[in-house]
Amino acid sequence: MLWYIIKRIGASIVTLFLILGITFFLMNMVPGSPFLTEKSTPEQIALANAKYGLDKPLLVQFKNYVVNYLQGDLGVSLKMQEGTPVKDILFGQGKFQLSIKLGLISLLVAVIIGIPLGCIAAYNRGKWLDGFLRVMTTVGVAIPTFVLATLLLALFAVKLQWLPTLSGSLTSPKEYIMPIISLSFYYMCYIAKLTRTSMLDAINQDYIRTARAKGVTTRTLIIKHALRNSLIPVITYLGPVIAGIITGSFVIESTFSIPGLGKYFVQSVLSRDYTVIMATTFVLSSLVIIMNLFVDIAYKIVDPRITLSSQED
Amino acid sequence: MEENKNLLEVKDLKVSFFTPAGEVKAVNGISYTLGYNEVMGIVGESGSGKSVEAYSLIGLLANPGKVVGGSVTFEGEDLLAYTPEQMREFRGNKVSMIFQNPMTCLNPVYTIGDQLMEALTCHDKNIKKEEARAKAIEMLELVGINNASKRVDQYPHEFSGGMRQRAMIAMALICSPKLLIADEPTTALDVTIQAQILELMKSLQKKENTSIIFITHNLGVVAEICDRVSVMYAGHIVEQATVEDLFYHPMHPYTKGLLASQPRLDADGHERLIPIEGTPIDLLNPPQGCNFGPRCKDCMKICLREKPPYADLGNGHISACWLHYKDLKKEEENK
Repeated sequence: MLWYIIKRIGASIVTLFLILGITFFLMNMVPGSPFLTEKSTPEQIALANAKYGLDKPLLVQFKNYVVNYLQGDLGVSLKMQEGTPVKDILFGQGKFQLSIKLGLISLLVAVIIGIPLGCIAAYNRGKWLDGFLRVMTTVGVAIPTFVLATLLLALFAVKLQWLPTLSGSLTSPKEYIMPIISLSFYYMCYIAKLTRTSMLDAINQDYIRTARAKGVTTRTLIIKHALRNSLIPVITYLGPVIAGIITGSFVIESTFSIPGLGKYFVQSVLSRDYTVIMATTFVLSSLVIIMNLFVDIAYKIVDPRITLSSQED
Repeated sequence: MEENKNLLEVKDLKVSFFTPAGEVKAVNGISYTLGYNEVMGIVGESGSGKSVEAYSLIGLLANPGKVVGGSVTFEGEDLLAYTPEQMREFRGNKVSMIFQNPMTCLNPVYTIGDQLMEALTCHDKNIKKEEARAKAIEMLELVGINNASKRVDQYPHEFSGGMRQRAMIAMALICSPKLLIADEPTTALDVTIQAQILELMKSLQKKENTSIIFITHNLGVVAEICDRVSVMYAGHIVEQATVEDLFYHPMHPYTKGLLASQPRLDADGHERLIPIEGTPIDLLNPPQGCNFGPRCKDCMKICLREKPPYADLGNGHISACWLHYKDLKKEEENK
């Protein structure tokens, strides 16, 4: 197990390097420059390029990125907040923490409600409850997040005035409600759908019949025997989702004016802020890679038949 | 006491599946009794209703199957009147079941020991964990699994097919049930393992005094283990007899056909097997007369008109065929 994790970390470093490389060259293939504005003269641009080392050959620039990253230096922003260290933009003022907090709560809500909903739907297959849940989850998966967020705002904040409009700094629990619903609803519905499908598959397995013949209660049958066998697709889905959800959602953050991380992802690309693009990609990919490692370990815990590495022994 | 002479009494049991195409009468009025300590075989081809009948006894029928008539009495108690909770308590405790495919019948994500212990704990909430574990190990040893105290912590995928079936048997017998329903327990195993499992079931049956309903389509297996046999065709029992009677004096044309289609050890090696011509009837539209009539070599006019009643041939041997009514046959011939 330990050897497997060490090997995976080694592979992750290679993956990260490749991601950085691909991002870097793609980014430079896109026309435009962080210093290009309507007023800027070619001389000014050349000057700024020289200042930040953008005049050097691409391979040298890439080498500099890698060397700096290895030293824990993410560079300074070129455009959005010129001169500010990227580290401060991403992690300063609790932005990253806020996004993580919001993301984790939403994820928890999605999992804790989504999985039981899927079980209930599967157990009541073909009955009205299943039909209702199927319609709900389909709508939940189909409806864009910004539509849901706007509808929630219009209903609960503007019309009924039960909840505050602008979350701002997210200080009171009340301010969390709408962002979390908007952020988690899609994932909740998707998880419920996944659980239902794999649960239906599990329920028809022979070992479920064996367990019934043994005389176990329906609750044990569903929770112990069927659910654990149907969790694999859900776990597979959760890996990348965790990374995505905790790094924030641009739409939710701008709809509820939450000072999180999400908006920087989008803004940095739009403004060609190369250092911020590289850093956000780096952070997001690291999270995805770490979460995938967790997912693989979770597989092993859920299903003893899965061996983590075939070359291990 | 008259009513307790038999462990199980099934009277005129009817099971139907309500499909969009109509009602499929999978089991259409079967009756039999099973004594204490008795092994009864139920033989029949695929789709003859033998498994459905067994599942309906312990409330394991899958939707859209329903028991639509008849009665099932177990030690004087009406099983069909049980509430779902009573039925759950009854299953695995007084009656347990082993299934056809041991490869898929054990839950892959729990250890063998865990699954054995669960059979105990779901009927006895007070049992201690160590006690249940000791019992599980004891049962594994009983069914001939070596190194049981280590094996008990292994997962099903670490067991071979034969060993899994042994573990299934251990699980089924752990609560000392009075009746074991074995639904083709040897079909998925290769022949040497089959023989071992049969041997094991036979010896355990004697040791534990369990009655067994043994469902199979393999007449060789029946000869090996059963005391009595019921032959099922299209939801009916067409013939019922002791093993000796059935093999040496089969009376029903279907039984004769089954026996003729089996390879025999004493054959000279050039004999061809004789198949039963035709295909099973469509249970959505059963024929008016005898179900086997359309495939029967000796089919008479009356066979296509009316269902044959059982003829009592003595020694508990019954058979539902018009051929047994000799006078009738003569009458037909004279016509």
